[in-house]
Amino acid sequence: MTQYKLVRCNINGKDVAKMVDVRASLTDMLRNDYRLTSVKKGCEVGECGACNVLIDGEAFNSCIYLAVWAEGKHIRTLEGLVGPNGELSDIQQAFIDETAIQCGFCTPGFIMTAVEILEAGKLYSDDELRKLLSGHLCRCTGYENIFRAVKKTMYRRLGKEIDF
Amino acid sequence: MYDMKALYEAESVQDAIRLRLEHPEAQIIAGGSDVLVQMREGKRAGKELISIYMIDQMRGVSIDEEENIRIGSLTSFSHITRDPIIQKYINVLGEAVDQVGSPQIRNIGTIGGNTCNGVTSADSASTLHAWEAIVELTGINGVRRLPIKDFYIKAGTVDIRAEEGEIQTAILIPKASYENTFGHYIKYGMRNAMEIASLGCSVNVRLSPDKQTIERCRIAYGVAGPVPMRAPSAEAVANGSRLTQAMIDEFALAVLLDINPRNSWRASRDFRQHIAVEMARRALKESIERAGGVIE
Amino acid sequence: MQKVGKSEIRVDAYDKATGRTKYYEDRMPQEALYVRIKHAEKAHAIVKSVDCAEALAVPGVVKVLTCFDVPDIPFPTAGHPWSMDPGHQDVADRKLLNTHVRYWGDDVAVVIAEDEVAANRGVRALKVEYEELPFVLDVQKAMEPGAPQLHEAFPNNILKHTSSRLGDYAAAIQEEGLIKVEGWYDTPTVQHAHIENHGCFAYMENGRITVVSSTQIPHIIRRVVGQALGRPWADIQIIKPYIGGGFGNKQDALYEPLCAWCTTQVGGRPVRIDCAREETFVSNRVRHAIRFHIVSWLRKDGTFAARKVECFSNQGAYASHGHSIVAKAMGSFPQHYPCPNMECDAWTVYTNRPAAGAMRGYGMPQASFADESNIDECALAVGMDPVEFRKLNIMPQGFHDNFSGNTNYYDTYRECMAKGAEIIDYARKRKEYEHQTGNIRKGIGVATFWYNTAVYPISLETSSNRMQLNLDGTVTMQCGETEIGQGADTAYAQMTAEAVGLASYKDVHVVSCQDTDITPTGLGAYASRQTYVAGFSIRQTAGLLRDKILQYAREVTRQSVDCMDIIDGNIVRKADGMILMSLKELAMTAQYNSVHSEHITAESTYTIRNNAYSFGCTFAEVEVDLAMCKAQVTRIVNVHDCGKLINPALAEAQVHGGMSMAIGYGLSEQLIFDEKTGRPLNNNLLDYKLSTFMDHPRLECSFIENPEPTSPFGTKALGEPPACSGAPAIRNAILQATGVAINHNPINPHVLYAELRKAGLIHDTWLDEEGK
Repeated sequence: MTQYKLVRCNINGKDVAKMVDVRASLTDMLRNDYRLTSVKKGCEVGECGACNVLIDGEAFNSCIYLAVWAEGKHIRTLEGLVGPNGELSDIQQAFIDETAIQCGFCTPGFIMTAVEILEAGKLYSDDELRKLLSGHLCRCTGYENIFRAVKKTMYRRLGKEIDF
Repeated sequence: MYDMKALYEAESVQDAIRLRLEHPEAQIIAGGSDVLVQMREGKRAGKELISIYMIDQMRGVSIDEEENIRIGSLTSFSHITRDPIIQKYINVLGEAVDQVGSPQIRNIGTIGGNTCNGVTSADSASTLHAWEAIVELTGINGVRRLPIKDFYIKAGTVDIRAEEGEIQTAILIPKASYENTFGHYIKYGMRNAMEIASLGCSVNVRLSPDKQTIERCRIAYGVAGPVPMRAPSAEAVANGSRLTQAMIDEFALAVLLDINPRNSWRASRDFRQHIAVEMARRALKESIERAGGVIE
Repeated sequence: MQKVGKSEIRVDAYDKATGRTKYYEDRMPQEALYVRIKHAEKAHAIVKSVDCAEALAVPGVVKVLTCFDVPDIPFPTAGHPWSMDPGHQDVADRKLLNTHVRYWGDDVAVVIAEDEVAANRGVRALKVEYEELPFVLDVQKAMEPGAPQLHEAFPNNILKHTSSRLGDYAAAIQEEGLIKVEGWYDTPTVQHAHIENHGCFAYMENGRITVVSSTQIPHIIRRVVGQALGRPWADIQIIKPYIGGGFGNKQDALYEPLCAWCTTQVGGRPVRIDCAREETFVSNRVRHAIRFHIVSWLRKDGTFAARKVECFSNQGAYASHGHSIVAKAMGSFPQHYPCPNMECDAWTVYTNRPAAGAMRGYGMPQASFADESNIDECALAVGMDPVEFRKLNIMPQGFHDNFSGNTNYYDTYRECMAKGAEIIDYARKRKEYEHQTGNIRKGIGVATFWYNTAVYPISLETSSNRMQLNLDGTVTMQCGETEIGQGADTAYAQMTAEAVGLASYKDVHVVSCQDTDITPTGLGAYASRQTYVAGFSIRQTAGLLRDKILQYAREVTRQSVDCMDIIDGNIVRKADGMILMSLKELAMTAQYNSVHSEHITAESTYTIRNNAYSFGCTFAEVEVDLAMCKAQVTRIVNVHDCGKLINPALAEAQVHGGMSMAIGYGLSEQLIFDEKTGRPLNNNLLDYKLSTFMDHPRLECSFIENPEPTSPFGTKALGEPPACSGAPAIRNAILQATGVAINHNPINPHVLYAELRKAGLIHDTWLDEEGK
């Protein structure tokens, strides 16, 4: 018999509850039960970062996170960054402006990690930024423009002049 | 969707012990970054799981009444790295676990899971060995403490008494171990992130008050043998010695008397030995400098 | 205002930045059954039987199909255009599932189940009985007499051997005083590692089969599925949504044929095949590992008297793109560094490795690694600087290749090298890094590459598109050349706006997702052809659309067609620039005119009978930590001449991605196999060392924009070229840093350890004592 459990959590600012198969990963729950398809599957073992979401403000690979652990948690996916009228957040706009998007498959995961970085409100060095972003693989961009997008947004948020 | 037979969720340590006794076949899952991966591979498919991930009382770093540093077993790597107690007394541990996998893995991975796997490549393991950590296990008969070197039995096997419902609840670093002690960890990998250690080397030293000699030197390796291990021959070279480059070189070569790396497709024995010597040299030098010593 | 040549925002950027873009799995019907594949756990064997009883007993399992159930139709998989010449068609050497399994990971059986867990359990419960056969992984060993044979029709496992001869090699090497520079160069098996794995789903509708697939080549897939199932090609509909990268792996029929067949076996219900990462690495396609033997005969002045090149291409178990790749690699040698006397031979050889197919660069990263390594050694042998040596010998301006009809219209190579050298400060650094001592050694190196655009004259080169004038004066455009992440749709929008005369590229709606029932036939994304070939059909179709627009405008404005032009979305009188009407007004008038209503559209096909060289170079700087056996790239610069840039920002982004792949190729990436069993050992993203965010320096690039005369937009190949010269540039920088010439990539720590020890740069005294 399939075992189900009621999972109550807050997803992108909204309190929700659903009966979930306990065997489900958080990726399964977000994609299948909530149709949040920005959460991508690239390896299912926590090595690529495509399924990354924020849980209580920290970045997690949702593929290796049991859905039942979401109980009581605040979860954010890329869908949650978009305003009610489709407005983009600064980091999404920066990804667009810096040509940091190509095939787009790693993009949602990358942007969510960038959100965690930016919300720390710190001015990280280039090396620190690279390390903080190193949990995502990208085959299209060589990371170059992603780095620029995150760095520029960090400086902009802190009201500082950028030194590239 | 993971192929599990059933999932039991523990809400407290006592609950976990009870579940363990009720379901002796079940596998404990902490953060899951190893267990779930193995389950997907089919190795643990169809098994029951006991999740202890939601037991918040097993999280956090503190100093207990005996002045041990106490790290709750479910404390994630990233929280260890950011913790002020760790940063003040045993920063090298924070640095070591900051090299595990990736930022996301460091958010989910726990120090308890890392050690209970019993794998030699765990980034926390060599540092915990080098700092003579104590493992705290809690079971139906209460709390049992044992030195980390005794906790590791063989590759993939640690001393946890499932029949007594034991789970690992904390890792302790005694004051005598961390006081006035400075260390350095080097991870050797084939790339700079998302990496499993080809070899890990953790060294720490306590210098004499005049900072002229080494009072105590400890060195431990991951992946230099089936389980993490110390290199006592090298330590003997360093202990009581003056801070000279010749001593450091002799110390580094002496590790070969102790370590026993194997040939595998990941790296050859010769290569691992070569790197082990170089790592020992660099890690000791850095440890001495961090302790305020000047190499003659 | 020019619409091309500007760094416009990608047309798909908003959707991708918000996560709304739909990839195949995001379009999945909820009721789709899961198909999981049982892969061979032998490198070479005959399947004697498959015991399905236990699998069928797993709750949720719907059906098990094995290699004994599939149609007896061998089919080819390469993403090449169909050839009407049977002698030029791709080799048909595999079935949907195979009884003769030829590599560890071959497809033996499938389990179709209601859910993922049941399907996986079903696969684990299958019992396959094998008759094991000896296997061979090495390309030259596979050619030896008595080697295990993979395919009956190909003795000694040789899929094909071709050669080319120029002048008289044997006589030329008799010249007195020649210096011989000889080397064997080995390149590894690597994989594309796009972040979206390949997957697809299939269902039947009105008796026809639809497959929605993560592919680069929908129209070609339609044909291959038809072939594999023995059905009329028109019976198949392929839909290609957005895809998460391809890099050539998805320029092959992967699991579309099997998926299509599976739906026919369950009454047309939707079925899905989702490759796991582990399957992507092994059971899709890989890059050919090619071994080269190069003998160069030099005069003291640094000129070539003669060269000999032998290429041994490791095809793996099935033909896929087969000999095309090494043929292209071999073909580069006489052109890249022209030499009057050359002997070139190339063999493509089956082995028991995963099947090799197309991958970014199509043989050129391999050829560049070998040729550019040998060239650096030639420079050393005559005491010349590597850049100067290249300047002396590399393809000159005006060079013409009779086969392709290509001409080197500009002094491209020298211009690229000059620019790269200036950016990285080559001359000063090269001198500074001479005669180093100590543990840290720095070096700087250069490499160039040869590439040509699209596949003419080897194969058909055609592009079709359709344009429709919308009621708001915008244009909808469709073509078969696919967006796979590279930004093709944005380039098409810019070119269409330019060619039609619209105000902005935003006035073009490119239908991104191809549907073979609707989209004009095109060949897809490969050979860095999209912008070049689509350019021809866009220019032609836009011309037709303009004619129709102006014809209609004549009726409304009473001006002659010759007097009018379309500029920035308006019909304009040429003589005085007067705006006669907007395209919106014209479209509305034309559509709703009660006397003469017209939906203005145009469609055409252009057969391209041109090809264009696309050249460039890489300069790399490295730092080698001898004791730690680590080489780190500290600076890297690519310079490309890909003609006029349609979108400079996107072009730069393409170059970054290629450079990243090249760094991995140079230093870390390699799929490895257990010598004892043939089992792949590192088919996952942890053990396969793709570069991470922390493994790169800044990626710098620059362009020389010599307009390509054959292209309507002055453009030529860029997608693949950036992946070609990075690895040998790194290798040559390591050579300068250490003095050690390493002739196989990736140059990872294991390789450095062995090579530096051999060269006496590191000493493991204890090993010396043991007499090792």
